[in-house]
Amino acid sequence: MEKLDPLKLASAKAKGRRPFFFKDRDVEMVLSIVMAVAQELAVLRQRLDTVEALLEEQGVVRREDLDAFQPEPAHAEARARWTQEYLARILRILQQEREAIARGGEESSEEAADRLSGR
Amino acid sequence: MADRASTKASAERAYEGPPDYRLTGRHGVSPSVSHDEAERYNFLAQLNRHLSVHVMPGVAEAYEARVKPRFKKRHARLPEHRNEVRKGLVEDGMFQFWSALRRNTMEMRQQAGLSVVLRQLDQLQEKTRGWLDKAGEGALKLDPEQGVPDYLSAVDHHCMPGSYHTELVPEDVSGAANYDSGLFVTTGGALGRYSDGGGQALVQWLRRSYPEFSPRRILDLGCGLGHNVIPIAQAFPEARIVAVDTGVPMLRYGAARAASMGVTNISFVQVNAEDLGRFPDHSFDWIQTTMFLHETSYKGMAKIMAETRRLLAPGGLVLHVEQPQYGEDMPVFEQAMRDWDAFYNNEPFWTKLHEIDLDAAMVKAGFSPAEIIHDQVTAVVDRELFPDAADDDAEDFGRKPSWHLIGAKVA
Repeated sequence: MEKLDPLKLASAKAKGRRPFFFKDRDVEMVLSIVMAVAQELAVLRQRLDTVEALLEEQGVVRREDLDAFQPEPAHAEARARWTQEYLARILRILQQEREAIARGGEESSEEAADRLSGR
Repeated sequence: MADRASTKASAERAYEGPPDYRLTGRHGVSPSVSHDEAERYNFLAQLNRHLSVHVMPGVAEAYEARVKPRFKKRHARLPEHRNEVRKGLVEDGMFQFWSALRRNTMEMRQQAGLSVVLRQLDQLQEKTRGWLDKAGEGALKLDPEQGVPDYLSAVDHHCMPGSYHTELVPEDVSGAANYDSGLFVTTGGALGRYSDGGGQALVQWLRRSYPEFSPRRILDLGCGLGHNVIPIAQAFPEARIVAVDTGVPMLRYGAARAASMGVTNISFVQVNAEDLGRFPDHSFDWIQTTMFLHETSYKGMAKIMAETRRLLAPGGLVLHVEQPQYGEDMPVFEQAMRDWDAFYNNEPFWTKLHEIDLDAAMVKAGFSPAEIIHDQVTAVVDRELFPDAADDDAEDFGRKPSWHLIGAKVA
């Protein structure tokens, strides 16, 4: 069989010019990197949670136990809830943007200061 | 465990969201998935859900609060067409963020799936060969003369590098195994344990709508890796099923996958659905396409529909499953949101398919208006473990497994 480079091929670009949405496409490229890092942090946290669960249960962890790990339903749900909270935390600014839209044209602190000092 | 306290208040609410990836079904050619690979899928499924439940509503809010007023100021009227809505939306930050995250999540899902598959491609090919040997000659019929229609090779559909047809190595199954392994992510588990909720829904619909109908010869067009047709084959074990596609890795993997699941009444055949001349007139009692027509073209679809008419036996049934049409009753905002996949997720025929008069296309293909059927179905899944689309109010335009049926039952 020909030798493939799995690492390079796994990250291959799909055919067709990629759309960008931000005014500055460099910012969008940085967002892509940030989200990939966010993903890896979530993976790492779940790995730690698995290690904790296995230690609690059996007092010792072998590497192969990690790949064979099947969380009990309640534990799977707790892990899923953690991910949901984590996403809410890291994407906080989007929630706040929605709240800003809902409140309409809010006064800034500077505007409030000017108004309150009677100018 | 320090986080337990912080989840207490929210723990009062029932959990809503994707199940753990490890609950998805395993079969004989499933790629093995490590702890961290499963967690990448879990993260991405949750991210998709977060985007549809918590971010996308912000796009609708921004549309009302910012996009519409801006349009009105410029044009002294409201947007009347989805393209006007879309042109307004692309200038808005909320739409830009949602879109950038959604596109990026599609790409991350591809990377996650391909990483799983490519590191073990040798083993996957070996498992595939083993099951194909057991299945025997009829299970897979390849015809290298068939080629790939330009509507499938122009761009890689839904950002899937290599699309359905690319073979990185001889006897490749990587694209298909990637599709299979990661489908969970895009639908958040809403297609069920074996991603077969669509086929299950069709079987349920058929039994309710035509309890007497017992098809013996079934044709599935654009079968991909066969996840939609397997429940049909299981529901009608006496029937012979021909499943066709032009994506060779999909057919190869699909035939092995079906065999490993004990399904022995499907032949996976490499043939372009536009020209099914190898089958005589009236060869099939039921012809099915599931999320296939939107990946063709005007000309391709017309030929495919004409072929279905020719191939249907008297009393036969043809059914196409797609997302809903852009009818006059669908708000232009919703149409614009549903168009996202056409413009930003490599689905070039998506808009066209959803805006045309499908009834007229069916009539042009030789069906009479009285024969035409319209209905709706949602994915049928094991509700103990998987989210049920019928109960889910969350909308993820174009992604929710809640479909429109159009078809015909001929005299």
